[in-house]
Amino acid sequence: MQEIIQYLFSGITTGSIYAVIAVGLSMLYSSTELINFSHGEFVMLGAMGIVTIWVHLALPLPLAFALTVAAVAFMGMLFERLAIRTAKKHQPITLVIITVGASILLRGVAMIIWGKDPFSVPQFSSHESIEIAGAALVPQSLFIVIAAFILAGTIHLFFKQTLTGKAMVACAVNKKAAWLSGIPSETMGVLAFIISTGTGAAAGIFIAPITMSSYDMGTILGLKGFCAAMIGGLGSLWGAFAGGILLGVLESLGAGLISSGLKDAIAFILLLLILYICPGGLFSAKVAKRF
Amino acid sequence: MSQQKRIFIEHTLFIIAVILCGLLIENTYYLQIITFIGINTLLALGLNMLMGYAGQVSLGHAAFYGIGAYTTAILSTTFGISPWIALVCAVGGAIFVAFIVGLPTLKLSGYYLGMGTLGFGMIVNIIFREWSSVTGGSSGFVGIPMLELGSILFEAGKSYFFLVWGVVFVAIVICRRILASRMGRALRSIHDGENASMAVGVNTHILKLQIFMFSAALGSIAGFLYAHFVMFISPDSFGFMVSVKMVTMVVIGGMASVWGAILGASLLTLLPEVLHSFQEYEMIIFGLILMIVMIFMPQGLTRGLIDIYEHSHKSRSGSKANIKKTN
Repeated sequence: MQEIIQYLFSGITTGSIYAVIAVGLSMLYSSTELINFSHGEFVMLGAMGIVTIWVHLALPLPLAFALTVAAVAFMGMLFERLAIRTAKKHQPITLVIITVGASILLRGVAMIIWGKDPFSVPQFSSHESIEIAGAALVPQSLFIVIAAFILAGTIHLFFKQTLTGKAMVACAVNKKAAWLSGIPSETMGVLAFIISTGTGAAAGIFIAPITMSSYDMGTILGLKGFCAAMIGGLGSLWGAFAGGILLGVLESLGAGLISSGLKDAIAFILLLLILYICPGGLFSAKVAKRF
Repeated sequence: MSQQKRIFIEHTLFIIAVILCGLLIENTYYLQIITFIGINTLLALGLNMLMGYAGQVSLGHAAFYGIGAYTTAILSTTFGISPWIALVCAVGGAIFVAFIVGLPTLKLSGYYLGMGTLGFGMIVNIIFREWSSVTGGSSGFVGIPMLELGSILFEAGKSYFFLVWGVVFVAIVICRRILASRMGRALRSIHDGENASMAVGVNTHILKLQIFMFSAALGSIAGFLYAHFVMFISPDSFGFMVSVKMVTMVVIGGMASVWGAILGASLLTLLPEVLHSFQEYEMIIFGLILMIVMIFMPQGLTRGLIDIYEHSHKSRSGSKANIKKTN
């Protein structure tokens, strides 16, 4: 029992990181119909950024956080302007390969800047761990879960309450109609990229103290993010969030109770099951559609 | 020139090119690279049938490549069975797996199909990695025997080169026969509009399944040839990045073109070899090339180069016409 609670705690922690990654991907998909295969690399850049700015340059944590997110979001904007926009009218499979190319490029750049060795990042808070029902809860985990919820909540409010957010939703529903009613859909596309890569960077910062950060950590995180987004149903914000948490918990339980080697397989088995049983995802009414 | 005559000439040219390459090239390193190009061509051909003609994206095709390689490795090394019987088992196994996996997966479409195949590829790769008592785990599988046929021993070099390219030739002929048949036309109709082709009586699901199984078979033959060529396999050779590389070969070479598959396979085999001299910058340059080609030649290199040629031709004749007018 005690063990299971412990697994649940760690599962929810990693799950909320997957959730943040999935929210970024899903949001980008709903406003641009693009799956960004380099999303994981932006997560990696977030983790590596906090290594440099917080650990090496010793700036205060909030400032380091803001700087990292801003820098990565800026790179996301450059990526959209330089690569995606020039190729906007291409087939989706071509766009997917462009993002794959970008992910290889970013990994190469990170390898040159930070080298091949992994880095560790100290805990964000130095408080003692709390004991609940015999299981230890590190304040760090609490911090991550709360931050993830705040992030998703902010994005939710942004879409529901602000004019810009509503304009983005309009673009997602029907780009041409939005454009006809005076919404600059190009700007909205850039904005979607900025928010998506920014949240990716935040996810990277959250995960940095939990695992080792290295230049090649992004791919698997990105793929897990896809799984989570697919489980929840592409394009739905809270669906992606719930998918992330579910994935994290199942992974942690599977690794603890069955075998740690099969941990990575769980995400993909779950993905296949969801795709076979309810192809649109758990929380989406939309039917899976063709490119 | 009739279609048949053109195909005949193309095939003859292909055979002559292969024989000339085999006879003239003495350098073992070059022979090895061209052999790898042949193996990759098989992969690209199979995936091209699925992606280019039937319009179904697979992001997990390296799984079949791996199934081919691991089946023959395990059967011929651990159990001492003749590799040729292992080949039959490998192809049969891949087709069977493709059937089981394809049955539910090919009902999906678009990104969902991509993710479904990706998940399948990842699971197979994790099995290769974790089932270490049988597959050797992440450290790999060593000691795969060389191929032998009667008195011919296929070792790395000319004999293996001819074996691989012979198989490639047979595969090209089979692909072309399929494409020229009723099945090929039905496949293209799926690519252009699945609902429309269903409406005129094409059983799209079975057809997609058949072509998925066919491309899995080609993939497993490539895996078989790879395993007996390198004589060492590890899960890394069949991971997600390899699946992506296969898709890239098809797209860069140009979808729905048999020669495009060879072009794509050659480029993606040669590029890393050439980029080795840049050492640390290899990944950056590779990523950049990939992005730039896709941004400026979204139809792939075959189509892109033809377009550039036609464009320059047209603009030249266009400017001539202008000059005439002003005169």
